[in-house]
Amino acid sequence: MTDPALDVTGIGVWGVPLAVASGAVRIGTPFLFVSLGECLTEKSGRVNLGLEGTLVMGAMSAYAVSYYSGSAWLGVLVAGLVGAVLGSLHGWLCSLPRVNDVAIGIALISFGTGLAFFLGKPFIQPSAQKLPAIDLGFWSSSPEVRSALQINALFVVGLILAPAIAFLLARTRWGLVLRTVGESSDAARSMGYRVNTVRAIATTCGGFLAGVAGSFLSLFYPGSWNERLSSGQGLMAVALVIFAQWNPVRCLWAALLFGASSALGPALQSVGVSSGYQLFNAVPYVLTLGIMVATSSASRRLPGQPAELTVAR
Amino acid sequence: MSAVAVSSQAPPARPAVIPVNGARKAPPQLAAEGIAKSFGSLVVLEDVSLTLPPGSFHALLGENGAGKSTLVKCIMGYQPADAGRILIDGAPVKIESTRAAQAHGIGMVYQHFTLVPNMTVAENLVMARADVPLVIDWNKERESLRAFMAGMPFQIDPSRVVRSLAAGERQKLEILKQLYLGNRILILDEPTSVLTPSEADEVLGMLRGMAHARAISILMITHKFREVTSFADEVTVLRRGRVAGQGLVKDLTTAEMASMMVGGEVPRASASRADRDAGEVRLSLEGVRAVDDRGIGVLDGISLEVRAGEIVGIAGVSGNGQDELLEVIAGQRELTGGEMRVNGARYLATREETRAARMRCLPEEPLRNACVPTMSVSENIGFRGYDRPPFTLWGWLVRRDALRRHAAECVSAFKIKTPSVDTAMARLSGGNVQRSVLARELQGEPRVLVVANPCFGLDFAAVAFIRTRLLEARNSGVAVLLISADLDEIFALADRILVISGGRMVYETPIASAEVATIGKHMAGHG
Repeated sequence: MTDPALDVTGIGVWGVPLAVASGAVRIGTPFLFVSLGECLTEKSGRVNLGLEGTLVMGAMSAYAVSYYSGSAWLGVLVAGLVGAVLGSLHGWLCSLPRVNDVAIGIALISFGTGLAFFLGKPFIQPSAQKLPAIDLGFWSSSPEVRSALQINALFVVGLILAPAIAFLLARTRWGLVLRTVGESSDAARSMGYRVNTVRAIATTCGGFLAGVAGSFLSLFYPGSWNERLSSGQGLMAVALVIFAQWNPVRCLWAALLFGASSALGPALQSVGVSSGYQLFNAVPYVLTLGIMVATSSASRRLPGQPAELTVAR
Repeated sequence: MSAVAVSSQAPPARPAVIPVNGARKAPPQLAAEGIAKSFGSLVVLEDVSLTLPPGSFHALLGENGAGKSTLVKCIMGYQPADAGRILIDGAPVKIESTRAAQAHGIGMVYQHFTLVPNMTVAENLVMARADVPLVIDWNKERESLRAFMAGMPFQIDPSRVVRSLAAGERQKLEILKQLYLGNRILILDEPTSVLTPSEADEVLGMLRGMAHARAISILMITHKFREVTSFADEVTVLRRGRVAGQGLVKDLTTAEMASMMVGGEVPRASASRADRDAGEVRLSLEGVRAVDDRGIGVLDGISLEVRAGEIVGIAGVSGNGQDELLEVIAGQRELTGGEMRVNGARYLATREETRAARMRCLPEEPLRNACVPTMSVSENIGFRGYDRPPFTLWGWLVRRDALRRHAAECVSAFKIKTPSVDTAMARLSGGNVQRSVLARELQGEPRVLVVANPCFGLDFAAVAFIRTRLLEARNSGVAVLLISADLDEIFALADRILVISGGRMVYETPIASAEVATIGKHMAGHG
C-alpha cells in the first residue's frame, strides 16, 4: 500500500519531515473536528463515546450524497446533519432518568457503524466527487512537494473553528451557560437553566462536527468509502480532549500531534524503511495510551475537567 | 433559556444595583396565606401563613421534616403548593419558577452553595443575571461589579476563582449575588451552617443592619436559637407541617420556642459525663498527612491522642480536613506521611486490624457513607461480623437466620423504627439509619469509636438518644473521637477540645477551661 500523497522518495530523506508535516494536517483534520465536537459535549458535563459511530455514519452519508448529487460540499453538510441527528439521539436518551451516558455512547458506536455498513454497501465500488484542495505548493516544481502541500479547505475551517469555540466558551452567554451546566447542574438549575436541554444541544453540535470529520475521511483523505475507513479516530478523540484539558485551541495542537504520529509510519515506509514500520503505524495508539497514563491519577482531578462529567464524579 | 412564567401583570422594573447608602424604596411586603402541600398521602404543610413586612428579619424554626424547606420551596416556585396563595404588597401573584420569584424581587440563599467553584466571582455573578448579553465585555462587567461592590457592606474581588474563597466568603458572595440581582426579599436556608461563630455573627449582623435600614427583608430558616434571639425580630415555629407558634422574638424565651418545636417537653440526654480519669492511650496519630482528590495537601501533620474513657472533640469549620481525617482513620484514604497507632501498635485499618483493635466508626451521613442503602436492615447491621461465627456455618456459609435474630435484638435495644429487619435501609428515616449504624458499631464492646457529626439533621429525641449512647460508651471506658461542626455538641460531650484549621491542629483545651470565643478565633485561623 503506497500512498501517492505521502510518496516523497523523489526528494530524499527530507521527505520524512515534509510527509509528517503534511500528514499532521491531512490526518489531523478529522481528529480536530471530532475532538472539538467532543470538547463541546464534555464541557456540558456529558461524554459522548458514540462519536466513533457518528464519524463512520458521516463518512458513508457524505460519500453517498456526493456520489448522487455530484457536490462534495453538499455531502459535507449532510454528513454534519446526520451527525447532529445521532448526537441529538444521544442527548435525548441521556435526558431520560437513570440513563448512563457512557453506556449509551457505546451502544451508539455499534449502532452508527452497523447502520453505515448496512446502508453503505452499494457505495464501496463507485467513485464520488471529492473535496477540492487548496494548492499551497504552487511555487515548487517538485511534484512531491506540491502533492504534500495540498491543504483541504476543511482544515482551514477547523483552524478558524478552534479559537471561535474558545471565544464562544469564554466570552458569550451561550458559552457561560454551557460551562455552568457542565460544572454544576445544581447551580445551573438554581439559575433557571434547563440542564438536559443545554446538554442535548451541546451533544447535537458535537455530533455535527463529528459527522463533518467523517465526510473528510471519505471525501478527501483517504478519500473513499469502505468499512475499514475509521481506525478508532472517534474514540481516540476522547483521549485527545483529555490531553487538551478541555481547551479547544489545545485540541488543535493535539490533533496535529496525533496526525503527525499517524503519518510517521507511512513516511518512513516511503523512504525505504522496510522493516519495523508497522511499529511506527502503532505510534498513535501508543501515544493515546501514554497520554492517558501520564495525565491520569488515582488521587487527583485533571485541571479543566468539567465537574459534572460522569467519570469525574 | 427557560420560559419565564410570571403573573399576568408585568413585574415592576428594578434597578440592577441597590443603592444601599443612598435613597431607596423599601422592599415589598411578602405574605403567604394558607399554604398546603402533600406528597402522596404524606401531608407536609397544612394551612401555613406568614407575613414578612418591609425591612423585617423573620426566623423560621422547626425540627427536621417540619416543613420549613417545603414552605420556602413553594414560595420560591420550586414546587407548586396544593392550596393557598402568595401575595406581594397585598396583590396575589403566581410564582411558578425561580426566575418568576426573581422577577418579584425574591431571592434564595441555599444551605449548599449554588456557586460554580471552577468559575470566577464575576462569571458567577453575571451568569445569574436574567439579561446576560450575548457577547460579554468582561472588562466592562468587572468595572461595573467593582462599582456595585463598593456600595456593599462587604467586598469580594470579582476576578477571584470561587474555589479559592473561604466558606465565609462564599456565603457572603451568595448574599451579594442576590443583592446584585436586585432581590429585596432574601430567603436564607440555614446560612450559618458552614461559618465560624464570629463569621456567622458578622454576616447576620450585617443582614440585620440592612433590614433595619429597610433595604431588604429577610426570611431565615434556622435551628439555632441563639441566632433567632440575637438577630431576628419575628419568628414562626413549624411542627409537623403546621404553625406551632408565631410572634415577636422579644416576647418568647428559648425554652418556649423549643417546646413549640417538639410539642411538649424537650427530650434531653439522660446520661451525663461520669467523673473518671482517662486511661491508657488507645488511638494516636503522629504527623499524619494526606492529600485530597485533586492532589492538594489537606492534612498537614495531624498529631493527636485519644485515651480510654474520654471524648476528644475536634471543632472546626467544615472543609478544613475533617472529612479526610475521618477517611484516613477509617482506612478510606491513604496516608502520605506520618502514622497511626491503635493500642500502641501500628495501624493500617485493614479488616483484621480493625477487628482485633475493636475500632469502630460512625461517619456523617451514614446512609451514604456506612450503609448499602438497597440492602436490608439486618444485612447492614451485620456488616461487622457476618463473615465469622456465630453468623457463619463452617466458616464460609452465612447464616441469614442468625443475622436476622441479631438485628431484631438491635432493633429493640436501640428503638429502631422499621417495618421489619428485611426492610431496605434506604427506606428508614435519618434518625433510624443513625440508630441502626450506631447499634452495629457499638456491638461487641468497642475500644475505640470515631464519630463525625452524629446528630446532623436529626430531631431532638434522636439527638438525645445518640448523645446518651456516646456518653455511656465513654463512661464504660471507650476512647471516643468526636468530629463535629456543631460547637454546642462538642461542648455538650467532649472532655477535651482540639481545633482543626487548614489541616492542622491549632489549639487544644480541656473542657473546663474552654471558651467559645477563643475556640471560634482559632477555627477562623487567627490564633
